[in-house]
Amino acid sequence: MALEKRLMKGNEAIGEAAIRAGCDAYFGYPITPQSELIAYMAKHMLDAKRVFIQAESEVSAINMVYGAGATGARAMTSSSSPGVSLKQEGISYACGADVPMVVVNVARSGPGLGGISPAQGDYFQSTRGGGHGDYYHIVLAPKSVQEAADLTYEAFDLADEWRMPAMILADGMIGQMMEGVSFPEPKDPATRVAKPWAVGNRNGRKDVNHVDSTHLVPEEFEQALHARYARYEEMKKVLPRFEEHFVEDADLILTAYGTSARVCLGAMQMARKLGLKVGLFRPITLWPYPEKRLGELEGKRFLAVEMSMGQMVEDVRLYTHGKSEVSFYGRCGGMIPTEEDVLAEIRKILKK
Amino acid sequence: MELIYGHPKSLKPIQTKYCPGCGHGVIHRLITEVIDEMGMQQKSIILNPVGCSIWASIYFDFDSVQVPHGRTPAGATAVKRMLPDHLVICYQGDGDLAAIGTAEAVHAANRGEKFTTIFVNNAIYGMTGGQMAPTTLVGQKATTAPYGRDPDEAGMGYPIRVLEMLATLAGTKYLARGAVNNAANVRKTKGYIKKAFEAQMRGEGSSIVEILSQCPTNWAISPVESVGWVESAMIPFYALGVVKDELAPVADTVKEASK
Repeated sequence: MALEKRLMKGNEAIGEAAIRAGCDAYFGYPITPQSELIAYMAKHMLDAKRVFIQAESEVSAINMVYGAGATGARAMTSSSSPGVSLKQEGISYACGADVPMVVVNVARSGPGLGGISPAQGDYFQSTRGGGHGDYYHIVLAPKSVQEAADLTYEAFDLADEWRMPAMILADGMIGQMMEGVSFPEPKDPATRVAKPWAVGNRNGRKDVNHVDSTHLVPEEFEQALHARYARYEEMKKVLPRFEEHFVEDADLILTAYGTSARVCLGAMQMARKLGLKVGLFRPITLWPYPEKRLGELEGKRFLAVEMSMGQMVEDVRLYTHGKSEVSFYGRCGGMIPTEEDVLAEIRKILKK
Repeated sequence: MELIYGHPKSLKPIQTKYCPGCGHGVIHRLITEVIDEMGMQQKSIILNPVGCSIWASIYFDFDSVQVPHGRTPAGATAVKRMLPDHLVICYQGDGDLAAIGTAEAVHAANRGEKFTTIFVNNAIYGMTGGQMAPTTLVGQKATTAPYGRDPDEAGMGYPIRVLEMLATLAGTKYLARGAVNNAANVRKTKGYIKKAFEAQMRGEGSSIVEILSQCPTNWAISPVESVGWVESAMIPFYALGVVKDELAPVADTVKEASK
């Protein structure tokens, strides 16, 4: 049966996908440009008799997500850049206590209050463990409304499976634009992974469960961190995901994620029509980064395109091991590069 | 034979890390006695805060969630919403509740979240070593108020009466202040805790029991002197008793508990 296609805003599609993934509880705080998402969740979570709270702050919201996640529930919050900065405290605790959750960042320009236009300046914060301490978490970067829905639907499973926050790093463009989108069927709760570590419903269980990130004995804490990092290594083997076009014969590979990757796809097609051998490499998982594939392409010439002053470009340099010439083209402050801008940059680099 | 006194089942038989004369141990015992009496051990969850009572979770024989400093009511909100048939205890010190977590405490109370906050007020920061708390009395010395708390010249603010502040909120249904400085106050405090826990399980809205507690180490006096200081300095400012009771009429458990 063909799935029904609906015309929806990205923010609303993310909300609908979360509900279909079995989101038991949503906690949020209004912020542009994600506010349609919290409104969508208010209506549809309450209609479905699930938990919805408009919290007093992003700080409170993320700690509600943490509390709900600690009980084994599927919980989610969403915000935009300044709000996600506030959530970093709770994300660090969730990573320290191995609590699954889904965090959506419909990013805008920064630093500070910045602007409300789309931007990709939160790459470092998202992929480097934006709070204190040693940790990483899953980061998924959609390029369309459909992919935003698909990745949100999947993020709940990934968070549960790997016991950590899964972040959807979208931007104001993905959140605000309308596109056709179809949704999978609501997830069967029976398919969820068991959470024997969760608090509550003890029912005679001998040991008590503590959801806790406290480790006051350095020797023990070091071991715990090594164990968590061993899990990260397992994730790096199976999780990285990317999309690529014409990389094999390319004289120049564009690298971009999310909205800037859409622009790059158009620029690549324009370049190909001009006979220029241009390819595109688009990471879908920003952590774990598809570093193996990028490493296989080392020696090729790259142009990183971002809506920032240059953040992912550092990973492109890192994972091509200094063997590639890597250029950067970025717009920032809420500006979005056009296909023509990127094509001009391509021609400058290729001198054609 | 009827057991009239014993170690609560919900309290693990291990020595605590608390200092001699500290009130936390007594408060832990009261909580667990009430839980045992209510038969709620299998369905109790404590949210233990940052501060000395971060240790609380290892002493209780039930599940726990440890949250960031001050976010205890946010965590408790979600735990109780997800597990409404559980007894959820939000255990907070004065720094946790009335300084860094004021927003979370006020808004959880205002939403009428149906967990119980046990608010331990010892007028000082314990874990970090005797800094000024939001509840430190005017003139009381602390490492960050070396000449005593001075609201005027040094701009250190005034001690906050948390329950009186929260009493104005429609979401709060039961607010009571007890102390653990003598046997009579301990017994009354247990009654407040029981009433609050029972109200929680009936789903009546926000219930908070503030407990004036000793911190001889950071007050730099002996344990014996410290119980006297609660009486002579704290109670005159933080009046004991029920601050607000808008619970539906039921059997008076406070009276029953003190029988």
